[in-house]
Amino acid sequence: MRFKDVFSIIGPSMIGPSSSHTAGAVRLGRIARQIVGGLPEEADIYFYGSFADTYRGHGTDLAIAAGLLDCDTDDQRIREALRLASEAGINIRFHKEQAMGVHPNTAKMVLKRDDRTVTVTGCSIGGGNVEILNVNHFEVKFTAVYPTLLIFHADRPGMIAEMTEIVKDGKMNIGYMEVDRKSRNGDVLTVIESDEAIPGPVIERIESLSNVQRVCVIDLTNREGSS
Amino acid sequence: MRFSTLEQLVELCREESVSIGRLMVMEQAQETGKTELHVIEQMSSYYQVMKEAVRKGLEEDTTSRSGLTGGDAQRVMNHLQNNTSSLGSEACSALAYALAVSEVNASMGRIIATPTAGSCGIIPGVFVSSQIRFGWDDAILVNGLFAAGAIGYVIANNSFVSGAEGGCQAEVGSAIGMAAGALTELRGGTPEQAVHAVGLALKNSLGLICDPVGGLVEIPCIVRNGFGAVTALAATDMALAGVRSVIPSDEVIGVMLEVGTAMPEKHRETSKGGLAQTPTGRKIMNRLYGKGGTTKS
Repeated sequence: MRFKDVFSIIGPSMIGPSSSHTAGAVRLGRIARQIVGGLPEEADIYFYGSFADTYRGHGTDLAIAAGLLDCDTDDQRIREALRLASEAGINIRFHKEQAMGVHPNTAKMVLKRDDRTVTVTGCSIGGGNVEILNVNHFEVKFTAVYPTLLIFHADRPGMIAEMTEIVKDGKMNIGYMEVDRKSRNGDVLTVIESDEAIPGPVIERIESLSNVQRVCVIDLTNREGSS
Repeated sequence: MRFSTLEQLVELCREESVSIGRLMVMEQAQETGKTELHVIEQMSSYYQVMKEAVRKGLEEDTTSRSGLTGGDAQRVMNHLQNNTSSLGSEACSALAYALAVSEVNASMGRIIATPTAGSCGIIPGVFVSSQIRFGWDDAILVNGLFAAGAIGYVIANNSFVSGAEGGCQAEVGSAIGMAAGALTELRGGTPEQAVHAVGLALKNSLGLICDPVGGLVEIPCIVRNGFGAVTALAATDMALAGVRSVIPSDEVIGVMLEVGTAMPEKHRETSKGGLAQTPTGRKIMNRLYGKGGTTKS
């Protein structure tokens, strides 16, 4: 099911004018922020399809900037987000792109923070709901409706079993899981959606596994606090 | 969720002797692991936002960022207060409230997407006007929002709710179906009647293209919300009177998917066709974005 529950239909509470172009874009920005691990210093945002055609009128640029600032969909600061992003030190650039076969509301976000660069591509599928389709060139598909773990690791036998054992010990229930690898014995991205907030010890134990490069948590229900 | 079609939804309500709204509360609690109280409180907070948007749209300046729209809800209210309404006060106030919420949306105010922002006026228009007319407590309307949500959940997962994917029928049409079904239940209709209201309403918006001028959720979206609220009331009356959707509502949803998929790209929120490409539509686009039609960096 693309739409998971009643609040993906009634809701979100949001600042207008467009649930796809504004609310969905806030969420895309916020997910990308969580993947890069906080406030980015550089952000190149590539808009495709209807995002490219109408982003100014719909405030999609404001919305992505607001997401990068960790705003939720109904945050009044969305209207001022470009100014606030600039004041917060984000160097943000918007680009209009054309590509065949992409969802009409797609954004590719390339963010830099410290020495890290991440590339996140997602689309806004209606009513403020989003799907992330690509992270650092790994093909994935998750909605961030539920707390989600992204685990970047090396492709070694037994890795999945080790990770799921930790998840089991943490009494966390996996709602959905997918694995994409760039090549055999290469790099892997494992995505795990959890029914509940992801326990801290689970994150720490997975991070400490020898073949794990990085773990990040996406949780749109949680406030990070200021950063 | 234990249902994915309207038929299954009606069957579950019948087996458990509950309304659609009540069933959705239980399903939502079960699905998310939250208490019923918690999910009801969240929906209740959404209803407060809807009422606030109605008030704001009737009392405050709703000039949009583009300057193209604003103030129409207030015009319609004045028309109603002068006793010059053709619709009569109930339907005309639903129309005015729906315009109010849509205008708040276009002016970057706070609204609830139902199911989208482009269609955010219809459910509040129908709900708030009905609440005033029938003297209902908020709790009744909150239950109605769960019923609307259950119907929208089926539509969204079997067809679509975004104009970019399925045309305006997917946005405004879905909202009309949700409002009609929910109001039918609130007025004492059975789950089966509510579902007939959904089919009747959806049939009336099949083929409705998404052709926003300048790509903005303003023209024709705002007025379509007003019309949509009135259509929802009409569908409710038909269903309560015993009119049936001879084509089962699930099949109508399937048709919306078929029609939306067949719609040319230019009629799906690209502003490359329809009202957006009329001489006046193009003129407005040029004024907003400079020569060349669509937006420019």
